[in-house]
Amino acid sequence: MAKLSLRGVVKKFGDNTVCDGIDLDVEEGQMVCLIGASGAGKSTLLRCINLLEAVEDGEIFLDGEDIAEPGLNPQGVRARIGMVFQSFNLFPHMTALENAMLAPRRVHGRSKADLVGEVEDLFKRFGLADRMHNYPDQLSGGQQQRVAIIRALAMRPEVMLFDEITSALDPQLVGEVLDVLLMLKQQGMTMVLATHEMGFARQAADKVCFLKDGKIIEEGPPEALFDAPQREETKAFLARALK
Amino acid sequence: MTTTKAAGMTRRERYEAQQRKRSLIIAATSTVVVVGCLMIFVPMSPGWEKVQRSFFNGGVLADTFPKLLDAFKVNVMIFAWSAPAIAILGLLIALARDAKSPALFPLRIFGAAFTDVFRGVPVILTVYLIGFGIPGLGLPRPWNSPYIWGSLALILTYSAYVAEIFRAGIDSVHQSQRSAALSLGLTERQVMRDVILPQAIRNVVPSQMNMLIALQKDVSLLSFIGPVEIFRQAGVFKSLTANFTPYVGAAIIFLIVTIPATRYADYLMAKQMRDRS
Repeated sequence: MAKLSLRGVVKKFGDNTVCDGIDLDVEEGQMVCLIGASGAGKSTLLRCINLLEAVEDGEIFLDGEDIAEPGLNPQGVRARIGMVFQSFNLFPHMTALENAMLAPRRVHGRSKADLVGEVEDLFKRFGLADRMHNYPDQLSGGQQQRVAIIRALAMRPEVMLFDEITSALDPQLVGEVLDVLLMLKQQGMTMVLATHEMGFARQAADKVCFLKDGKIIEEGPPEALFDAPQREETKAFLARALK
Repeated sequence: MTTTKAAGMTRRERYEAQQRKRSLIIAATSTVVVVGCLMIFVPMSPGWEKVQRSFFNGGVLADTFPKLLDAFKVNVMIFAWSAPAIAILGLLIALARDAKSPALFPLRIFGAAFTDVFRGVPVILTVYLIGFGIPGLGLPRPWNSPYIWGSLALILTYSAYVAEIFRAGIDSVHQSQRSAALSLGLTERQVMRDVILPQAIRNVVPSQMNMLIALQKDVSLLSFIGPVEIFRQAGVFKSLTANFTPYVGAAIIFLIVTIPATRYADYLMAKQMRDRS
């Protein structure tokens, strides 16, 4: 059974259908990359998986349980699925450490003393031990994004969603964030990424899905999709994206 | 090249220094001219001596000023217990108006009605209605004190305004903060308390400072229902001395408090603008 399974997911904003019947399977420990032009529905799909958007139709199975069931309490699901955003969205009034400890304290009811060692280890592992007590505006973009990843990991999620997390970064900072993703992959984290980093998708993904107009037009292992795309739309997109 | 080196300034710096000097000279000249004209022409007006005697009488000022200061303590006292009550009630009303749960719908209606009513009625009317009306129910002492009901009138009116400012502050926190907090599994309530409110409150501190300054002045409205605060005391002295100078004395005391407070609020406001850009 797939860790995460989407069946016929539909999301509309008014008359605008952003996700138009999406099927997707993500196996435990897999890294799946969603590629496609801006507006293709990648970000919205991730927001739907994290229940930040309510889907109009379709099912989303996490370990076989349908989390898209209307009326389901979303907090329990979100605590199991971590999400990192393009614009970092760190809480500016808290230090990096406080950012990472807030949710485990509130959601899991753990004490600061109990948590602090574990969270400090995360900061050490991702090379930010000397930045723990800084506020977000004292950190570079790449550091802020790594703190955002640590904040999500502190909840010990089973699945991580990454929404174009390098798009707001200066080119020289992209690498340090992508390295973190590779570390997570090695540790066996199940991940879904919306990304414009084609080189990274090709190198690291287990599966790549090409989205257009809210549909997955083509999917497959990166070698197949990048080197021998079957559909005209995919070829056209890759020709532009890889230029 | 050699001249710039000699002056130790770049071309741009030299130009700007010159401009600064020019502005300074113009500002100084125009100030001297305006103040000079006022000093020459105002005393030339036919009623000046009378005005000076009845409004700017040094002797009366010296006699009444210490007692006016004493009376001002009443203002400070009323302000001191009203301000925290306003902050708390204002925040509660703001939260009530943003309540999403259907069970809290009556609270939302109440919040909306509250702000509409108390922002729509002149403060002095609220002070009269509550300050005279409620003790009129025949309450025993000390519950018929105009201090209590007058303060309540101020608290209700100012809470309505303060609540609207808090709401604007809550709206000023970007949606993405909410998304991020929700994505971590926090409940709406926790998101509001831990993430949105701390930022919202910080964003509205300068605006709320201005409300405090307005409140400090409006405490004087309670004089109409009894408490002998500074405005009322000045009125008493006006009758005793047949002179308006005590009012000027009262105005001076207000300014001693409000000018630094206003400057500070402006400073906070300017600082916030700088931080945001």
